[in-house]
Amino acid sequence: MSLSQIIVFALISIILALVKRSKFRVTLMLTLSILAVFWLQPPLPIRNLGFWLSIATLTLAVLSWVLVVSRTESILKENWPTAGILILIVVIMSLTRLLPIDPFTIISRPPLIWQTFIGLLLIAFAVFLMRKFWRPYLLTGMIALIITLLIIIKTPSLSHTASEFFRSLNGQSIATASAFDIRWFGFSYIAFRLIHTIRDRQAGRLPSVSLAEYLTYVVFFPSLTAGPIDRIERFISDLRRPFTLESADWMDAGQRFFVGLFKKFVIADLLALIVLNETNALQVHSTVYAWILLYAFALQIYFDFSGYTDIVIGIARLLGIKLPENFNSPYLKPNLTLFWNNWHMTLTQWFRSYYFNPFSRWLRSLINPLPVPVMIFLTQVSTMVLIGLWHGVTWNFVLWGLWQGLGLFFHNRWNDFIKPHGVLFSSTPARAKLTDASGIFITFNYVALGWVFFALPTPSLSYNYFLKLFGFN
Amino acid sequence: MRPNRPLHLLIKALLLFILLNLFFAVFSTGRLGNYSGYNLIFPGRERFPFGETPRVAYNFSLYDLDAMFKSLALAGKEKSSKEYRVFIMGDSSVWGTLLRPEETLIGELNSANLNVCGKQVTAYNLGYPTISLMKDLLLLTRAMQYTPDQIIWLTTLEAFPKDMQMDSPLVANNAESIQDLIDRFGLSLDPADPNLVEWSFFEKTILGKRRYLMDLIRLQLYGVMWGATGVDQLYPSDYPPAAVDLEADETFHGMTTPLDASTLSLDILKAGFYAAGNVPVMLVNEPILISQGKNSDIRYNFFYPKWAYDQYRELLDKNTRENGWEYLDLWDLVPATEFTNSAIHLTPVGEKMLADEIGKAIVQSCRLK
Repeated sequence: MSLSQIIVFALISIILALVKRSKFRVTLMLTLSILAVFWLQPPLPIRNLGFWLSIATLTLAVLSWVLVVSRTESILKENWPTAGILILIVVIMSLTRLLPIDPFTIISRPPLIWQTFIGLLLIAFAVFLMRKFWRPYLLTGMIALIITLLIIIKTPSLSHTASEFFRSLNGQSIATASAFDIRWFGFSYIAFRLIHTIRDRQAGRLPSVSLAEYLTYVVFFPSLTAGPIDRIERFISDLRRPFTLESADWMDAGQRFFVGLFKKFVIADLLALIVLNETNALQVHSTVYAWILLYAFALQIYFDFSGYTDIVIGIARLLGIKLPENFNSPYLKPNLTLFWNNWHMTLTQWFRSYYFNPFSRWLRSLINPLPVPVMIFLTQVSTMVLIGLWHGVTWNFVLWGLWQGLGLFFHNRWNDFIKPHGVLFSSTPARAKLTDASGIFITFNYVALGWVFFALPTPSLSYNYFLKLFGFN
Repeated sequence: MRPNRPLHLLIKALLLFILLNLFFAVFSTGRLGNYSGYNLIFPGRERFPFGETPRVAYNFSLYDLDAMFKSLALAGKEKSSKEYRVFIMGDSSVWGTLLRPEETLIGELNSANLNVCGKQVTAYNLGYPTISLMKDLLLLTRAMQYTPDQIIWLTTLEAFPKDMQMDSPLVANNAESIQDLIDRFGLSLDPADPNLVEWSFFEKTILGKRRYLMDLIRLQLYGVMWGATGVDQLYPSDYPPAAVDLEADETFHGMTTPLDASTLSLDILKAGFYAAGNVPVMLVNEPILISQGKNSDIRYNFFYPKWAYDQYRELLDKNTRENGWEYLDLWDLVPATEFTNSAIHLTPVGEKMLADEIGKAIVQSCRLK
């Protein structure tokens, strides 16, 4: 999100904060969130694709809701006003193509109006079919569909193929097709929210939610771009709570917002001028500077992401939503396990809930269980590799995941080994402090070295950069 | 504990912000550019900050002269008794567009290991990529604090027309210094020229100067990248070559009449020599592309119709002789094949040819002392 978009969101949130009526507030939040789906989606070189991707986001959310909603409830009885708002916004967005001014620097150009109407009819038909022929396997099917879409947008070669497909569908040249043509705004996070609700529905844990609540949760405008990934039961409890905003809430929100702005737009943006990247990795000619660029990257990524999270939490606080924290001084943690408990916390919690724990349980339930270290190795490494792949299906993200997973595994083993001797390291306060400081230093540098894979696009470039870092250039 | 009162806090913050801005506008001396990490944390640059692609060139244009000078290696170097310090002034051909620092005239001069009067010649690049004598004068007067032993001033006709003098953004954004120079040397330029940027009170506040302040910070951060990579401009593998097929246009800056002191800023040239005081200045008419293409019977190149350039050479020759200035006319030294993307930008081979001639003249100038 750009600074101007953030300021617009903040101003809107202040206005909403002044609206005291709870029901009206939720409707406004929903409306704004749907509008944000269209506004934040960047225009793409493939004709109308930006618009269709916004529609696809909303469609997936509606269909997922239809699947997770209780079979005994009538979906139209309580939810027709929400459906009406949704359809109305889509129609209005579609009609923007008739405006005498050019609004398409703000939103993606919509297709012909009849095409949008056919799209809406198809969606309505899909809703009808899913409702009428609901089967438990449809939930699994929806998860598979979401994961497939995620894989397509995260895999450069598949995105390229998709771009060629859409271009040929539109009669555009496929010669200029690029993986960057398929930029689906916010889908990485939306996918996690949808999978979370579907999995909880399968496990029978999902509370009953209206379409308005569900849509607001999935496309909540402050956290649409980059999380945090909230849990639906926590989110709707805030949504349903009578809305009050005390002075302390205003202070908290303001503080988080301004601290976030400073972290993101001052510190991170300045550090961005000197961070490690594909170009300067080849140009840097000394070991000391190689480390400086790497440290700059480590700090920039932290200040950028945590600053953004602060902004989002601040804005959401004005709307009465207490989004979960994503960062808790991760670079000041004395070991890698604690680092990962405090870095992008909602993502790691998501993976813990929906991958790590089920996988661990399954391994433990085997008739011939594997040795504990092997189980730990498999669960930790595979979790981190998956988190790496979520950032993009490339070899470097696999290597980054391996680096982190192996680090966690070795820390786990070291911890087990050292437990009997633990007292040696903390026998005096000075010794404990020294142990802590060394832990922080080692952890920070281990994480920073891992960022080499994250910042650079190929293993060979990363390898050469490692050589530079250790004076072998 | 006092209850939280967000509105009070907001008003207090606003008041503090306004006060801070007023304080800055009233008391800021405009000398923030003197605080620099160059030559302290990271190495000084070999040429002035300049560029339009900062993210890849780690360099960009800013107009604070203090910051510009402080970013140079020159600012961090104590002059030893064995150093013969030579400043090379001029336009982009001196600065070295498309050339790495070691390929520029300055790089070539330094690699020649010249000895003058028992001292080692060290050349410093004070070229800046806009063509204007006024810009050169501005930089020259500032450079004098770094105690040169000799100044080599490369120039070309395009730097002389009166309408070119205030065009350089560096000149336009240093109005106070320019007005001071006009006054000091009695130059025939308008101190209220509309090109000169005058700052309103608001533009002197932190808010008004946010771009300027950001530029100062960016200059420091790009210092890290300069130190890390040694890159200070983009070197494209391909670029459009200097035009050799020319328009059949015989005018020069709209003029068809003979060139004289009323159309060319010869007084600025004179001011430069005055400003240098006892430091010897050698004026060099820099090499230009002599094209052999369409309309080359009436024009030498994109910049110059033949009549104007020939008159300029005569005028310069006459002026330098009358004033007793050291002068080197190297206009046709470099063959057309050794120009890059402009009629004044040379290839490394062209720079070497130029450096050989200027190097000889530097050595010679000591013998003449």
